[in-house]
Amino acid sequence: MSSSVQSVVSQPYKYGFVTDIESDSLPRGLSEDVVRAISAKKNEPQFMLDFRLKAYRRWLTMEEPAWPNVKYPPIDYDDIVYYSAPKQSEKKLDSLDDVDPALLETFDKLGISINEQKRLANVAVDVVFDSVSIATTFKEDLAKHGVIFCSISEAIHEHPELVKKYLGTVIPTGDNYFAALNSAVFSDGSFVYIPKGVKCPMDLSTYFRMNNGDTGQFERTLIVAEEGSSVTYLEGCTAPMYDTNQLHAAIVELVALDNAEIKYSTVQNWFAGDENGKGGIYNFVTKRGLCKGVNSKISWTQVETGSAITWKYPSCVLVGDNSVGEFYSVALTNNYQQADTGTKMVHVGNNTRSTIISKGISAGKSKNSYRGLVQVNPKAEGARNYSQCDSMLLGDTSNANTFPYIQVQNSTAQVEHEASTSKIGEDQLFYFAQRGISPEDAVSMIISGFCRDVFNELPMEFAAEADKLLSLKLENSVG
Amino acid sequence: MINDNAKTILSVRNLHASVEGTEILRGLNFEVKAGEIHAIMGLNGSGKSTFSKVLAGHPDYEVTAGEIIFQGQDLLALEPHERANAGIFLAFQYPLEIPGVSNRDFLRVAYNAHRKARGEEEIDVFDFDDLVEERSEIVKMDVSFLDRSVNEGFSGGEKKRNEILQMALLQPTLSILDETDSGLDIDALKTVSGGVNQLSTADNATVLITHYQRLLNYVVPDYVHVMCGGHIIKTGGKELALELESRGYDWLTAQEAVV
Repeated sequence: MSSSVQSVVSQPYKYGFVTDIESDSLPRGLSEDVVRAISAKKNEPQFMLDFRLKAYRRWLTMEEPAWPNVKYPPIDYDDIVYYSAPKQSEKKLDSLDDVDPALLETFDKLGISINEQKRLANVAVDVVFDSVSIATTFKEDLAKHGVIFCSISEAIHEHPELVKKYLGTVIPTGDNYFAALNSAVFSDGSFVYIPKGVKCPMDLSTYFRMNNGDTGQFERTLIVAEEGSSVTYLEGCTAPMYDTNQLHAAIVELVALDNAEIKYSTVQNWFAGDENGKGGIYNFVTKRGLCKGVNSKISWTQVETGSAITWKYPSCVLVGDNSVGEFYSVALTNNYQQADTGTKMVHVGNNTRSTIISKGISAGKSKNSYRGLVQVNPKAEGARNYSQCDSMLLGDTSNANTFPYIQVQNSTAQVEHEASTSKIGEDQLFYFAQRGISPEDAVSMIISGFCRDVFNELPMEFAAEADKLLSLKLENSVG
Repeated sequence: MINDNAKTILSVRNLHASVEGTEILRGLNFEVKAGEIHAIMGLNGSGKSTFSKVLAGHPDYEVTAGEIIFQGQDLLALEPHERANAGIFLAFQYPLEIPGVSNRDFLRVAYNAHRKARGEEEIDVFDFDDLVEERSEIVKMDVSFLDRSVNEGFSGGEKKRNEILQMALLQPTLSILDETDSGLDIDALKTVSGGVNQLSTADNATVLITHYQRLLNYVVPDYVHVMCGGHIIKTGGKELALELESRGYDWLTAQEAVV
């Protein structure tokens, strides 16, 4: 296996530029005053300040989780800037014309057009730059259908009753260390509300950009799908290259009521650090969906290619009878990346069903772990789960692990788990080569074949992008 | 078909090759002209399969001496995929399975890689479909195989037919069939042999690596070589295979031991 599959080198990260823009930041460090200052800067109502302070006080009593299969030096939470915003966003923007051209240019460079004239094929976008939402496209069009799509800061002002009703109901402030931190200091994110019976007329999307080197990004997304409604949501992310590590601790909460359906897709391409493992994002994210109503459905699809460390378990709590949870994941690690990712499927209602398809690809000296929990509660009659966890190794210095936890407390449950580990071997590559196919093309064909089940779940444009991204990430990984 | 005026396709001189430090090929000489069919026979461990892998450029094998000239160029200077695109085809003894990659896509990418290497434009999906479906008939392969993952869940015979389909599509100058007859029942053997015969022309050449005379009833060789100890110890016509069939290898290998 020696040298030829081994020489794993990352494609230079092409989103690594920094936008030179004046920002308004709070001083480093975290205290009750900082939490109050964030709330004050955002001119929040009392209930939000209370929410934050409760979370902060809870956070002080908690400890960082030690169980993930990842290693990193201790994080100095007093060395992080918890709030940073491009200066101009202080004033209310009336239209896109008011957005700083440097910002528009940044997003153009990233291939995200905020300009509605050049609209992305029927996708509305909320763009988040460091701590704040810059712009949300197609708001008026969506409003005609009663769909609310705006930054969470705006939602707190414009729709406080909805925020108050749902925020923190899926992921309580004290859920885990990073969730508590996020709840205390989150600065922005997206809010989506789909009214009863409405099928959202376009895909909704948030694009996260971390620019400032010392800023932690703590965004918060809340999506509520009322009875009989449905929505598809896409999330993308990039960050500049710095040789220090940046913390990203986000929360995404989804609520699906009776017969509602939410499909949430992520293509995560945060800076992963260089080929020696220097720099990169710590991506410590809590994502959870609540299938609250009968026949509701929540589907997570994620393609994780970036971040120095990923700690992320998009989960479904299946409360409504006949509700369905799905998790489709591709996690690729290269160089010194570490990923501990998977899902939790908690079956509470009767005849609830869940599917987990996880594909892990490890190259270089990376470490890639799947961690999943399937839990069937005592009262969940007729629950069913199917899990499939496949790992693929490139070369012989990478590491793949699977940690499946299955807890079944009801004898009517059917739970299936399949797992496999394969290796792109010299012989497979030789077979391709003997048919005239270069090693690079061979690897990308093998990888996209391996990930096909997951890519099929992504919206079209995303699937093509994901495929390309994986090939880029592994370019020169054989030779 | 022997034609003394035909041009030389492959010329191997004093080839030595090792795997993990053990020398397997020891001074192999071998020449193939256009239009010829050669059979290489020999006991297990005589170096037959190693020779085929060295020709194709398998990275586990190290050439320590000698040269291989293929159509006037130094084959050893080429990467494995470049050798394939230059016209060397190896039908594998154990074709590999590639989950998730459809046979059709695999064949199309391979075909286009060959075209690109020749400086031709890539063929589009529709024209390719017509082409591959037509070629599938050569090995009597149902087109439904095209939409399955490469070799995944194929029977032994289906895998071998799939190899010959690839050969039919890529139209190599030199085809090396490594034990293509092993594990085939008589019907599959006839189909595969029929395919090989159909593809054999005055401009290309075929090397059959086999243990058994059986295949040679269907694909009749111009030359039969016996390999032992990493080089060729005897060369004859097709009757040599029949002699081996009745007398075994001992009489030859005993001679070799004396030498």
